[in-house]
Amino acid sequence: MPHPMSSQSAASKPIPKSSGRPNQLFRNLNSKIALTPMMLVAAVVFFGGTVWTVIYSFTNSRLLPRASFVGIDQYERLWASSRWIISIQNLLVYGILSLIFSLVVGFVLAALMDQKIRFESAFRTIFLYPFALSFIVTGLVWQWILNPEFGVQGIVRSLGWTSFTFDPLYNPDIVIYGILIAGLWQGTGLVMCLMLAGLRGIDEDIWKAARVDGIPMWRTYIFVVIPMMRPVFITTLVLIGSGIVKLYDLVVAQTSGGPGNASEVPAKYVYDYMFQAQNLGQGFAASTMMLLTVAIIIVPWAYLEFGGKKRG
Amino acid sequence: MTDLSNSVSIRDLSLSFGAVTVLQNLDLDIKDGEFLVLLGSSGCGKSTLLNCIAGLLEPTDGQIFIKDKNVTWEEPKDRGIGMVFQSYALYPQMTVEKNLSFGLRVAGMPKEEIAKRIARASNILQIEPLLQRKPAALSGGQRQRVAIGRALVRDVDVFLFDEPLSNLDAKLRSELRVEIKRLHQSLKNTMIYVTHDQIEALTLADRIAIMKSGVIQQLDDPITIYNRPKNKFVAGFIGSPSMNFLTGELADEGGRTVFRTNGTSFSLAGYEATETLPPGRKVVLGVRPEHIKVDGDLAGEEAHDAIVDIEEPMGADNLIWLKLAGHTISVRIGGARRYAVGAKVRLGFDMTMASLFDAETEDRI
Amino acid sequence: MANVSILNATGAAIDAVRTEVAAGPRGKRPKKVLSGRNIMVYGTLGLAALYYLLPLYVMVVTSLKGMPEVRLGNIFSPPMEITFEPWVKAWAQACTGLNCDGLSRGFWNSVRILVPSVIVSIAVASVSGYALANWRFKGSELFFSVLIIGAFIPYQVMIYPLVIILREIGIYGSLTGLVIVHTIFGMPILTLLFRNYFAGLPEELFKAARIDGAGFWQIYGRIMLPMSLPIFVVAIIIQVTGIWNDFLFGVVFTRPDTYPMTVQLNNIVNSVQGVKEYNVNMAATLLTGAVPLIVYFVSGRLFVRGIAAGAVKG
Repeated sequence: MPHPMSSQSAASKPIPKSSGRPNQLFRNLNSKIALTPMMLVAAVVFFGGTVWTVIYSFTNSRLLPRASFVGIDQYERLWASSRWIISIQNLLVYGILSLIFSLVVGFVLAALMDQKIRFESAFRTIFLYPFALSFIVTGLVWQWILNPEFGVQGIVRSLGWTSFTFDPLYNPDIVIYGILIAGLWQGTGLVMCLMLAGLRGIDEDIWKAARVDGIPMWRTYIFVVIPMMRPVFITTLVLIGSGIVKLYDLVVAQTSGGPGNASEVPAKYVYDYMFQAQNLGQGFAASTMMLLTVAIIIVPWAYLEFGGKKRG
Repeated sequence: MTDLSNSVSIRDLSLSFGAVTVLQNLDLDIKDGEFLVLLGSSGCGKSTLLNCIAGLLEPTDGQIFIKDKNVTWEEPKDRGIGMVFQSYALYPQMTVEKNLSFGLRVAGMPKEEIAKRIARASNILQIEPLLQRKPAALSGGQRQRVAIGRALVRDVDVFLFDEPLSNLDAKLRSELRVEIKRLHQSLKNTMIYVTHDQIEALTLADRIAIMKSGVIQQLDDPITIYNRPKNKFVAGFIGSPSMNFLTGELADEGGRTVFRTNGTSFSLAGYEATETLPPGRKVVLGVRPEHIKVDGDLAGEEAHDAIVDIEEPMGADNLIWLKLAGHTISVRIGGARRYAVGAKVRLGFDMTMASLFDAETEDRI
Repeated sequence: MANVSILNATGAAIDAVRTEVAAGPRGKRPKKVLSGRNIMVYGTLGLAALYYLLPLYVMVVTSLKGMPEVRLGNIFSPPMEITFEPWVKAWAQACTGLNCDGLSRGFWNSVRILVPSVIVSIAVASVSGYALANWRFKGSELFFSVLIIGAFIPYQVMIYPLVIILREIGIYGSLTGLVIVHTIFGMPILTLLFRNYFAGLPEELFKAARIDGAGFWQIYGRIMLPMSLPIFVVAIIIQVTGIWNDFLFGVVFTRPDTYPMTVQLNNIVNSVQGVKEYNVNMAATLLTGAVPLIVYFVSGRLFVRGIAAGAVKG
């Protein structure tokens, strides 16, 4: 099979460099077409939308967005509003307590589940099913259980302890704890599952070594296992954290922000000002504050997780 | 077919991922019908090179020719290649027959032609009884046969093997090794075979290219690679147990050049040097364990005293580790000859089979 | 004959040694069923299980009582007389504002939202994940990072611009609009899910298919899809529960007559007008929770895998 050009002569010809390739734009064209929706969403909604909201938080938009900038007026008004301050306080209390409780309860349950117990899958099913339910359903059930007339308080009183008082949803001082009970009920199952996965990921030999060395189990957990599970804890923390900031439906269903505005939260503030009070500027400013909060949680984590290990 | 023109030619090929350079200005010519093995430890760039030839990776610079056609920018399917992977890469949801025919069906080949090719390939590889099975129902050896069959039905000029036997156990590996060799002998296609296993390389290859850090260290037939390694890396990489290396320097003793280490001198008589051997030059002497004569094997040549340190009987062979002039060296002797630890042994090096390397450049001299 | 006696003697000696051995601990160590550790472990788990089960029990019990019995007091006591009237009322008669055709309207709205949302979002995300895993190009990773960061941004920040966009297109308030919203906000987690799954499949399979000459869509349809049934089930679970349980998007992006079930439920239960019918409320709540609960109980381990995949990575 004669060929006009041997490889030797082909190779001795001037080599066209691959950088001069003409069809760079159309390479992997199908892939680019397939990713168009994702790129549009990422660029327009996630990036564009966020930037737009942040920019318009510096305007005095009310019923409709208007590009008349008023500096940080909206933020000053926001932080002067008692409703916003209550929202932030509630979020802090709810956030810190739900972090502590869900981590502790989640880990203890996971550790107990990891004792090679019987009925493990039954227990897991029970602990996790609330997570399948919506915050609306969760809020409504607990609204009913915490009903002072018919719920827990009413029953204890009917048993004879007539001065017993437990009415979190009707007492502005403790209403946020009533929401916390419901929130924990819904979310700890997930934390338990994540922790259990983390525990299962620990090398069996660690347990064997600890047993041969005669180290008590609780010590092994505290000094060996928990430090080894650091990544799981951090991920869980970030997850719960970014979930807490979005807390909204639960409050709407359980208390509608009441009594008064004792159980308001930032996400509800945003919605109310954007879509009901027709004060868009306040809504934008409040949502930008939410963004800032999430950034404070996420950025250090993302830096640790992705920035530190890999390049740049 | 007697015309030994080049089947695959690689010109000035470079590939880097960001700041990491995997291949560097690599040139390689593979003759028609040749069995070339790319050998190296993991991360040396051998698989990367194979993927470039296949068109699965894009080189940063350089050219690739297959059958004198510049295929640098061609799609894998248009290069006239078939490829066999380490993990077999059979499509799990398809039967063996569908696996074999997938590429042909994608190309829109007529049914009769597909059937003919499958019949031929399955006959060569003796996988006819397996055609209607799914890959999950096959053993490792059978899977790899099907994977080879998938390359076979494509009726291509060049076969690419990416560590095809690494997932198999030792016994199957040697069986399939023989089969691949037989396949090459009967098909006479060009085959490029990547492995980290030196036995596979030595037994299969017409020529071996030993790679390190994206650079071909030596490209030669197996015997030359084994006996005349171009540098210390190649010498140490090939051979098991590995070559003994003694660091020392050249010296002049009464007009003859000797190798001296820790006060002991070894005559270099019989060594074919490619350069002059000036006294005082720092060098490394490399001798393979089987090129050292012990006690009764000696035929009056220069010999030295050594003490037996450890003995490792391996059945057919017996490997003894000796203390000699401050070095520990291994010697391979017949399995029947046994030594007690601490025994004194006389030994001599076969300098015709030894290698001398420059201590600085580590190149053969 | 003498030999026999010697044999017997030896046998006796061996027996003697055997008895000596048998005196010590042998075989499996006996385990106490009621050890302190077991009581602690099962006791704690049992109590916790009780706390988790209580609300479900209360919902069921309340929804089966008549209003007079509910008013009598104890929410924990089982119904003396089981009635399904609250369920019927919740489904067909409960009022939201002026509409008094019950939760059924919300249910069918939710179904109409759910089905296209799940299909579209999974179709888009699986193709995106596949492209990202196997066909990267310059810049694709950057967009993907923006998408993942987007998963953490509070929806409240992006919701108003999205309202404007949908209003400009003319689909604000329609079910189509809500389907698009669900697809958009489902993308980060689903794309990540599929990308990780496809990236976890042996790369050589993809290479083999390319050598065989299959293109982008052929490899997706004929190689990847048939291998990824489990991950599709996981994605469906994530989406069905997520979209069914959504409240915020429902309330922002629909009008009263297209409200999804959660929004309607909240309006029924928290309406200020009229006498509170707790039994109907609980029946309505159970009805709304039924779909994700069924998905949860049917899917079992896959659900756990789904939330773990969605949660840990997202």
